[in-house]
Amino acid sequence: METVAFYSLTFLAVASALVVILQRKPVVSALALAFNLVCIAGFYLLLQAQFMALLQVIVYAGAIMVLILFVVMLLNLGDESTERPSRPIQRWLGGLLTAALALVFGFSVSAVVGAPLPDNAAPFGTAAALGQELFGRFFYPFEVISLLLLVAMIGAVLLAKRRL
Amino acid sequence: MNPEHYLIVSAVLFSLGVAGVLVRRQAITILMSIELMLNAGNLAFITFSRMHGTAEGQVYVFFIITLAAAEAAVGLAIVIALFRLRETTDVDELNLLRW
Repeated sequence: METVAFYSLTFLAVASALVVILQRKPVVSALALAFNLVCIAGFYLLLQAQFMALLQVIVYAGAIMVLILFVVMLLNLGDESTERPSRPIQRWLGGLLTAALALVFGFSVSAVVGAPLPDNAAPFGTAAALGQELFGRFFYPFEVISLLLLVAMIGAVLLAKRRL
Repeated sequence: MNPEHYLIVSAVLFSLGVAGVLVRRQAITILMSIELMLNAGNLAFITFSRMHGTAEGQVYVFFIITLAAAEAAVGLAIVIALFRLRETTDVDELNLLRW
């Protein structure tokens, strides 16, 4: 059961990632990315991280993707212009370097000791377990990251405003 | 399932994100490819967290999601500002800084 779910999620995630990078229309790319994010939430569920899977769907596939789609539609971005085609070297060299990177990554991660994943008896991916860590050991980083959100909000308003 | 299966998926997704950044010219698609890479990293973090049976990796993923939200907000504001300035978001035409 887990194996079937894993391989179908892998297929869907890789296919939608390919659509994201091969599609010329930004709207289609954005929708494929939203689908990809939902697939990754499925992986989180398989890895028993239920709370992160929920956050992934709500924050990533919900909020961030709506923001990106909103900007794509606001700017009315059409296709990537075809009258000035990208240089072939960009496409070929990019593809080649990426394939090399994928090989290096693949070989290095497959060197991880291949013990099957242990069964976690203790509650592990629940909101309670995560909250314990977040408000215990990681309390100060948590406060700093909220400051980061505030700074990003001010920065976004400053950048996008026509005139202060 | 073994952890390396998940890690290989994560590596493949990360490489696809890199390919998107290298090949695409629309600024907003490049931002989306960066999101793809961040997610591949998150998947690796969750896998390691599951391997060691602790919730630490998930806390890091929580922080990365927050960071991605901040990055998306600022990045999209930059794209809007660029569009207002140059009427395009094609990164090949945005060569103001080039001498």
